[in-house]
Amino acid sequence: MPMNYDRLKDHWVLLSLVIFLSLWMGGCTTSKDAILASEKTQLELRSIQQRAFDTTDREKTLRTIIATLQDLGFVVNHADSTLGSVTGTKLNNYSLKMTVTIRPRGANQLLVRANAQFNIQQVEDPEPYQQFFVALSRAMFLEAHHVD
Amino acid sequence: MRKVSVIALALVFVVAGCVQQIPKEALELTPESLADRQRQTRRFVTKGEKALLASSVAVLQDLGFTLEASSTELGLVVAAKDLSAVEPGEIAAVVLVAAITLLGGAPVVMPWDAKQKVNVSLTTRLSGENSENTLVRVTFQRVVWNNQGRVTKTEPLNEAKLYQEFFEKLSKAVFLDANEL
Repeated sequence: MPMNYDRLKDHWVLLSLVIFLSLWMGGCTTSKDAILASEKTQLELRSIQQRAFDTTDREKTLRTIIATLQDLGFVVNHADSTLGSVTGTKLNNYSLKMTVTIRPRGANQLLVRANAQFNIQQVEDPEPYQQFFVALSRAMFLEAHHVD
Repeated sequence: MRKVSVIALALVFVVAGCVQQIPKEALELTPESLADRQRQTRRFVTKGEKALLASSVAVLQDLGFTLEASSTELGLVVAAKDLSAVEPGEIAAVVLVAAITLLGGAPVVMPWDAKQKVNVSLTTRLSGENSENTLVRVTFQRVVWNNQGRVTKTEPLNEAKLYQEFFEKLSKAVFLDANEL
């Protein structure tokens, strides 16, 4: 009968959709595999997350990073001048956590690296980092150089 | 066939809906950034950054905060405080809803905000080279949980009154400390 045939077709479509979805989801990595996973390569991430500044003043740079984070609405959680790191969290109906580190690059530069986590995701989109470095270079009165 | 499309569409929404993306303006300076900075910053005429940091820690202790991290080299103090988030207005609404639904035979008890954690970071810096003035900037934020343990609010605290009160207390503490009373 044509009606039954239609229903059967409906069920087939639904069933294949469910099978497809379960295979698709099942094929994904487990939650433990995901711990060290990243969508981008280390090199790609670094080019997105770090910039070089023409200064060797570590303390001033760290203080400017703290001030920039505060300007962007972060509350600082932690800072270590020996290691050269600052961590802050912004709460605004979401949680955005960011760590910024500095280390020397050659004799005349400092490399500033930032990595952010939005709720339960790593931020790997270049745009937010670009905005952060725009704000930081304005506060540093220095240009942020891309490094590869 | 229509049913199938509806289910498929629903599935797409479920899968897509669980990934909230970072807002475009999350790391961008906004026109409000300057106003925020002004509300959060005060200038103190004091002999040094370290003394001011110590006074700030004392004020935070007066207010019941515990210290979570600090860096004297960078002029930073981080503190937090857990406290109740129960608001009488909300409790009244919960009771009202429960009473009305009780008349219908099936009382509904809505969850209410129960506790909150307030984070604060305070930074100091000299307002220019060889300056006698030190700038203090303080920022507050909080997370609120309801009585079922779910997070209901994660927000910055921008109320001008909060910052005024804090700086009033800090001014008093700086005066007290400076005069060793």
